[in-house]
Order: sequence, then C-alpha cells, then structure tokens
Amino acid sequence: MTVNAVAAATVIGRSRDDIARRLAEDLVDGYTVNLGVGIPLAVPNFLPDDREISLHAENGILGMGPHPGFGLEDPDLTDAGKQPVSLKVGAAIVDSATSFAIVRGGHLDVTVLGALQVSEVGDLSNWYVPGRNPAVGGAMDLVAGTPEVWVCMEHVDRKGISKLVPQCTFPVTGFRVVTRIYTDLAVFYVVDGRLLLKECAPGVSPADVRNRTAAAYTEDLFL
Amino acid sequence: MINKFRPDVMESLDVVWSGASIAIGGFGSSGRPDALLNALCDLDRRDLHVIVNNVGHDFTGVGRLVMEGRVRRVTASFPILQEFYDAYFAGKIELELIPQGTLAERLRAGGSGIAAFFTPSGAGTMLADGSFPLSYRDHEVATRLSAKETREINGRPHVLEQGIIADFGFAKAQKADPKGNLRFHLSARNFNPVAAMSGRTTFAEVEQLVEAGDIGPDDVHLAGVFVDHVVMTAAPEPANLSGTMEKSVL
Repeated sequence: MTVNAVAAATVIGRSRDDIARRLAEDLVDGYTVNLGVGIPLAVPNFLPDDREISLHAENGILGMGPHPGFGLEDPDLTDAGKQPVSLKVGAAIVDSATSFAIVRGGHLDVTVLGALQVSEVGDLSNWYVPGRNPAVGGAMDLVAGTPEVWVCMEHVDRKGISKLVPQCTFPVTGFRVVTRIYTDLAVFYVVDGRLLLKECAPGVSPADVRNRTAAAYTEDLFL
Repeated sequence: MINKFRPDVMESLDVVWSGASIAIGGFGSSGRPDALLNALCDLDRRDLHVIVNNVGHDFTGVGRLVMEGRVRRVTASFPILQEFYDAYFAGKIELELIPQGTLAERLRAGGSGIAAFFTPSGAGTMLADGSFPLSYRDHEVATRLSAKETREINGRPHVLEQGIIADFGFAKAQKADPKGNLRFHLSARNFNPVAAMSGRTTFAEVEQLVEAGDIGPDDVHLAGVFVDHVVMTAAPEPANLSGTMEKSVL
C-alpha cells in the first residue's frame, strides 16, 4: 500500500511531548516501568502527581529520579543512557543479573520503547538498521519479559512512510510483544494478534489515520 | 592469614596472558575498572577477548584497549564507540552481540556452575538464527554468529545460552577487606559482581581498603571467595559529567 502521496496532505497530530503526555495518562498508580530512549524519556515530565510510578533502569536502579541538578551529579549514579540521575526515597540498587531477573521474570508492569516499525500482530523492530552500527542493549530482554510493551513513535518516518506495517522489514527485536502504540496521530492496542485503533489524536480523523497506516487494523474506538 | 591486597597493580596483573578472555564490570564509565585496564595496556597484552557490556564512549577503559589494537573479540550488548565499529567493519575485531540480560546471566551462570540456560530473550531474531555478522573482511561479512539451539517451553520459543567462564574477571568496587569481600556504590555495581564471578582468577580494584570486619557480614555485596586479588584504583580524574557522558541511541 502506498501512503506517500496521501500523507503529503498536512495533518498535525500530537507533538513528541504530547505523545509522552498521552502515554503517561495511562500509567496506573503503583506501576513499575522501564523507559527506553527517545520519546519515552519525556514520560516522567508528565506523570500525574497523585500516582506513584517507580522507574527501573537496566543498570540496576529501581526508584530512579530525575537529573540531580548541575554540580550534584555522581558518576556512580547514572541511568541506562549513562546520564546522571537521582534516587527517590525508598529506591533500591541491584546488580545487572538481578536487574534482568526483574525484567525477564515479568516483575515490571510496563516497558515503554521507541520503534522503527511495529507490525500488525505486534512484532517490534527497534534495535538495528542493517549496514549501520549494531547495538541491542536490553531491548530484547525487556520485550521478552514485560507483560505490557507500549511503543511511542512518530506515525510515519521522515519520508512519510507508515511505521505501522503488515510485516517488519527491519530486524525484529521481539515477536508479538507490543501491546499498545502511541503515535502523533492515534492510539492502537494489539489484542490477540490483532491491531485495534482505539483513539485518534485531537484534530485527527479516522480517515487521516487510515490514509497514513500501512498495517491492517480494526476500528474499535473508545466511545 | 588471607590477605588479598596487592600493592603493585602491574606486578599483580602480570599473570594475565596475551590471548586471554576477560570479563569486565562497568556500565559505560560507571564502575569500570580503569586501573586494571590501563595496566593491561601498559603490560602490552594483546589478542584479548573482552566480555563487557559497553565499549565506552572514548579512548579510556575498554576504548583504550580497542584503540591500541589489543582486542580480538568483543562480547557485548551495546558497544557504541565509532572507532570500535570501524575496526569491526574493517575485519580487525569480532563482535559477539548478545542481549544485555543474556550477557549478565551468562556471566552469572558461568561463575555458578550452570553450563547453559534457556531464555526467551532474542528467540527468533538475528542474534539467535545464525545471521548476525560476527566478523567482516574488507567490509564484507566473513563469519556469522552460530545459530543458537531453540526450544519451545511452556508454549514460547526459548534460546539456549551458554554460561561464560572467563580466564580472568575484572571488577571495580567501592571497598574491599583483606578477604576480598566487596561493597559497591550505587549503580556502579552493575556488571561487577557477575564479571567477578565469571573469572577463573578475579581482580578487584577498589577506592578504599578496609580492615576485616569493617564490612559487616550482612553488608558484603560480593563474598571474597569470588575475588583473588585486590588493588587500589587510581585517583579519579576530575570529571565534567554533563560534558563527557555518553550519548545514547535508540
């Protein structure tokens, strides 16, 4: 399906920050969450004050807080992107093997990741563009072990091509692992291997989404 | 009397041979045993197989080993250093890329007498199906990572991953006592305990040497039985964290 031509007509959906804000609304009080790089890193800025969400970092932090402020950085306290962070009261530190026992053992509630592509059955590609520098980090463990894998990404790539695809063409990170997708245009769920359109962003119509989505999906909008 | 303190890093590390495999703790530069890595360079050891999560973002630590052409193979999840990739595509270094949790567990398993384990991480992907390029020659793929045995367990595909027993383990800790008991500080702990467990012979570099008993038995993070030699780390260089920290990618 060609979506380029149609995508040329301008539709302005959510900004990257607004995608993170929309996702943050869905995090439930008491959740433990791992955030990947890219749009997911903005999620903590939008967590509602009345909910306690614990952040996990692959390098062994549970209860991670924001940057401690300039001059207060500690080289022994960094996040998985090697940036300085702080700890919330009640935080815990574990070694890398235990950190991934938490991940693979299903002890996180949600993993939030960026994506190159998501397929219509929930396959995720986000670790490698062949020909470029390969690195995987903890992505394959996170998607294999976490019950809820939420992707936030732009709906189309820089060329206007849908990132929601019938089948991933980039190397896959995990098969049938994605449970929700938050884009600038819409929110999708993946339920039993089927992609469902649940919500359009303000100012975006179901037809706008249809015109910019290569993957097959069913409209199942929240009323 | 057990006393694992070694006053001279170079003398202590002289037992490491060129060609050895070394499991190295640290996550980026956080908790990385730089004094040991520098000594390895100063001793002119070569042809090394390093097992480490990140190569780092500059020419210190593992980056120095790579830049000085001392590394034959890297087993890692997130190498990142551009000069490392240049050496990989030019056919100078092999890259065994594995998921980060698998790397941690392979080190833990190797040090724990677990020969192999099944994990769902990576099942069906390029890192398990025999297609990932292990090495290049003149920018063409020369060899590929072996396909890993896959078995369906409880209805899900799992990959068989081997425990890693390294010739040597390098760890960095905050404190050690003469028995080799270690205590780490915050997220600098990361891969250090499992790197130490994986080594047949393990070196720990520490910021403080303390008396036996100063680390209470309940406060020991890694029992000294996993550690053979303890050396002092070099004085830390003043770091501009915001300026030098590694940029992450997707």
